[in-house]
Amino acid sequence: MGTLVEEIIGGRLGRTVTAGDTVVAPVDCAMAHDVTAPLAIEAFERMEMPLHDPEHVVLVFDHVMPAATVAAAELHQRVRRFAADHRVRNLFAEGICHIVMVEKGFARPGGIVVGADSHSTTYGALGCFSAGMGSTDVGVVLATGRTWFRVPETLRIELSGTLTAPLTAKDIALHVLGRIGADGADYLAVEWGGETVRAMSLDQRLTLANLSADMGGKAGLCEVDEVTLAAARPGEGTEVPRLRNPRYTEVLHIDVSALEPQVAVPPAADQVRGVTEMAGTRIDEVFIGSCTNGRLEDMEIVAAHLAGRQVHPQTRTVVVPASRRIYMEALRRGWIETIVEAGALVMNPGCGPCLGRQHGVVAAGERVVSTSNRNYPGRMGSPDAEIYLTSPAVAAASAVAGRIADPRRAH
Amino acid sequence: MGRAWKLGDGVSTDTIMPGRYNLTTDPEALARACLCEARPDFAVGVRPGDVLVAGRNFGCGSSREHAPLSIRASGVAAVVAASFSRIFARNAVNIGLPVIRCPEAAAAITDGDELSVDVERGLIHSGGRTFEGEAPSALALRIAQAGSLVELIRTQGWAAVEEMRA
Repeated sequence: MGTLVEEIIGGRLGRTVTAGDTVVAPVDCAMAHDVTAPLAIEAFERMEMPLHDPEHVVLVFDHVMPAATVAAAELHQRVRRFAADHRVRNLFAEGICHIVMVEKGFARPGGIVVGADSHSTTYGALGCFSAGMGSTDVGVVLATGRTWFRVPETLRIELSGTLTAPLTAKDIALHVLGRIGADGADYLAVEWGGETVRAMSLDQRLTLANLSADMGGKAGLCEVDEVTLAAARPGEGTEVPRLRNPRYTEVLHIDVSALEPQVAVPPAADQVRGVTEMAGTRIDEVFIGSCTNGRLEDMEIVAAHLAGRQVHPQTRTVVVPASRRIYMEALRRGWIETIVEAGALVMNPGCGPCLGRQHGVVAAGERVVSTSNRNYPGRMGSPDAEIYLTSPAVAAASAVAGRIADPRRAH
Repeated sequence: MGRAWKLGDGVSTDTIMPGRYNLTTDPEALARACLCEARPDFAVGVRPGDVLVAGRNFGCGSSREHAPLSIRASGVAAVVAASFSRIFARNAVNIGLPVIRCPEAAAAITDGDELSVDVERGLIHSGGRTFEGEAPSALALRIAQAGSLVELIRTQGWAAVEEMRA
């Protein structure tokens, strides 16, 4: 009997577990990136043990890639040395860690994954248990292959109704964030289900699981179905997790058909309004990308909006495909050409300006529309800049208008 | 005895340690940048034994361990808050930075108040009052006694955690 999280952890341990249990569990894959890996490596070194299994370690350069400063270059150098010294082959510099983990098959249904990044919840869309952790926890996993968890209670979000363009999973997730707050799912697993989720592509589901972190969720999960299995299969000895008479701490029912595009206003992602209310707000920059919305479907939406149009001359627009695979496919389909022709700047795959280190840092008094997940003061540069979080459709329409714009009125 | 540094609700790890300053693992360098934009007076004015007192969801957002590291390196004795974000609280415990959840203390204590904390019992003493916060979990205590998660697991292995379940 169990929720997805209980079934996954129980499945990996070979016994029944219940929310509230503290367990020591095997970790199928541990991920760290260029900012968190150096501290994880230091914690690992203090363990004075050999690396548990180099094949289960994934290191990704994405937060400042290629290095923008000497300090960043030195961090990269330390991570590369560690990988060489310990024969870690899974070293990538071709996109955002959370996208690379899915593309390369490191996250699989029924598995347990940890990442030294809060948005490691993303892979839960594949039906694995995946949680963000700090570097020390990941360092201990590197040495022992295991970690401890308190099996979380689950908040079920049951979605009904048809999601029609330009609405996307981003609008649903922002709406939920606004309803339950930035700590509304603290310590909980967020389980997304219902007919709307079943009808969603994997790209959309990944956005739901990704933003579960910003609700305070320990994990964000979707049930495994044919859409999941087309992208990822369970690892050896792992079963596909199925719900078995789950008991939830709360079930939230949402009919998505009545939603309008959503905008999270500064200073926090849970300050959510409808686009109608925010339309007309002047903006200086648009950022389209991130682990939330830099996927192929997002590039398609943006290209469709920008085709035959120009971005507003006072609105610099930065588009960052989340991975090389996405970048290449968007190139083949002509979407990158469309985006560049419209006057946007297309940067190399990675985190882009999401965390204020490169590719579009903002000045005091400026306003940004971003498809990422965080709008805390100072996130993208000056603490006196304002960040508005939206879907790619709202962001693209806003880039053309030079103001926050409703994509339903763009044509 | 230390002094309270009072912060509001929803203080994110981006506020504690902005992403533009954490390209280092050096604790001293991190301490110098701790809260540098929200409380520029903190890094220069903090004294060992001082306490950060904050509202709801302290440490939300990024999992960057640079945030609790920077607080620990600044000499702060503990962080008291109405509530903590999950990853921040776990990171803090893992590196030996005490955190005490206590909504009453978080509401009553103001910036600059004198206070002391009894971490093991979750007590906060200030202005002649004693606030009863949440005492640390058995595992958190065990980690604190060892000094850090690394020390606990390095010396005792996962059996130390598994025994607690039995």
